[in-house]
Amino acid sequence: MIEVENLTKRYGRHTAVDGVSFKVMKGEVLGFLGPNGAGKTTTMRILTCYLPPTDGRAKVAGYDVFEEPLEVKKRVGYIPETPPLYPDMRVDDFLDFCARIKGVAKAARAQRLADAVEKTRIGDVRRKLIGTLSKGYRQRVGLAQAILGNPDVLILDEPTAGLDPKQIIETRELIRSLGGEHTIILSTHILPEVSMVCGRVVIINKGRVVAEDTPENLTHRLRGAATLRVELRGDGAAAAEALGAVPGVAAVRAHGGGSGTATFEVDPEPGTDVRPELARAVVSRGYDLLALQQVGMSLEDIFLHLTTTETPAETPAAAPAAAGEVVA
Amino acid sequence: MTALGNVWALVRKEWRHYFGSPIAYVVLAVWTALFGSFFYSAVYFFLRRSMMAGQMEMGGAPKMSLNEWVISPVLHNMAVVALFVAPMLTMRLFAEEKKQGTMELLGTAPLTNVQIVLGKFLAAAGLYAAMILAGLLNFGFLWYHAATKPEWKPVLSASLGLFLFGCCFIALGTFVSTLTRNQIIAAIVSFCLFLLLWILDWAADPTASAFWRAVSELAVTKHLEDMVKGVLALKDVVFYLSFITFGLFLAHQSVESQRWRA
Repeated sequence: MIEVENLTKRYGRHTAVDGVSFKVMKGEVLGFLGPNGAGKTTTMRILTCYLPPTDGRAKVAGYDVFEEPLEVKKRVGYIPETPPLYPDMRVDDFLDFCARIKGVAKAARAQRLADAVEKTRIGDVRRKLIGTLSKGYRQRVGLAQAILGNPDVLILDEPTAGLDPKQIIETRELIRSLGGEHTIILSTHILPEVSMVCGRVVIINKGRVVAEDTPENLTHRLRGAATLRVELRGDGAAAAEALGAVPGVAAVRAHGGGSGTATFEVDPEPGTDVRPELARAVVSRGYDLLALQQVGMSLEDIFLHLTTTETPAETPAAAPAAAGEVVA
Repeated sequence: MTALGNVWALVRKEWRHYFGSPIAYVVLAVWTALFGSFFYSAVYFFLRRSMMAGQMEMGGAPKMSLNEWVISPVLHNMAVVALFVAPMLTMRLFAEEKKQGTMELLGTAPLTNVQIVLGKFLAAAGLYAAMILAGLLNFGFLWYHAATKPEWKPVLSASLGLFLFGCCFIALGTFVSTLTRNQIIAAIVSFCLFLLLWILDWAADPTASAFWRAVSELAVTKHLEDMVKGVLALKDVVFYLSFITFGLFLAHQSVESQRWRA
């Protein structure tokens, strides 16, 4: 549905987006993740034909954003980071205006409007001036505007920014329910949001794609190499030997201990999950297993890891080698 | 068809802004109040003059025409008011969109820049036309009460002149509004430009060189003179229409280029 190929945007000397490529399939929800200033918004603006790219191509729904912007715009619903609203208009009037400029046929207009209002739950503020609405309602009016034209593609720039927790949950549910029917690109720097809403993640930093995978895979691949912390009751030295004998364990380090308890850090070999074996080994030798815990490598760590290393990892698979350092 | 629909949607939206804020009411109030008072004093002056003429030159005095003594001077005065009012109509057209970040809404909707510029221009021009129509109601008084009715054709051409004259300012003001996100700056710059175009007329003294006489032809006021008197000359209408087109062209180029520079 969306094909981005080697997309580049330069502002004078500054390169905001540097050779970004990715694809989004129909019905997919893609998370676009990156720190501030990574080039997320610029990429989204290019995809919505607001900015022309300096180099590379992007196709949305089969139309090139540069060659046929009108066709693209007809098929894309977009909310920028701050939803573009007219404070002096009423919600109804505003949505009516949006429906008109999105080319919603007169006969279908009232129905579409009602649908969008219902989906975004703004029915109780329809007659209010937008300027008097709270941030949460404004965000939802923005979302209603984006889905009004029933677009194939939705591009949402930080749709949950500035909302209270309840509204965040509702908005995420709404976005999830819109997936499947619409193809969605969603930018955010709230990581749990990605694992909750998105089927796939593109992590972007300094204008470049540093990783692209499903949230599970990203977590999983790195988690396989993540250090485990084992705490048990019993003799420390013997236990360390027992842990080291478990297949798939690369290294065991003692990490102090208390009266009768010992704590170890266990590095598994990349790509293996040694937790079941570790537990079995501890228990079968008569030790009491007090804790078996993964140290680090939540999506947050991966994100930090990928966006703070000097040379960006080319593929997620190359990342685990360095992952231990971040954790330690 | 959708192109027209888009332009119409934009015009409606701009009208909502005009009437959702005090701007439209202030402009309308100032305009109609001034129109009314100019009309009143013109009629008062006309009555005194015609009475005096009646006393002085018994019988043989030529009849004073309402068109010449009332309608034409009033509309001519209103051109000055248009100079002040036009920046108020145009200052917010693009500056406010840019400030509010709503340019992004228009820029990502399936609209062309031509439609956006036209929609905004037509909204301002439409409000201005409504203002002229509201003012013309005053003249209805003449038809109702005067013994010899004024001719309606010169009124029509004078009103058209005033309308086109104002539209030049509106087109240029639309362009200026695309240059800034600050409405006050847009208003001041537009006003200064309008004033400059007004006084270009001064370049034409009889001894001036051909160059300066050509420059004076660019004065928007110069082409109003005949039209207000009721003379509808093709060259004046063409001048206004090309001026308006040029202003809108500049506005369009400006909006287009900002997409590239952004």
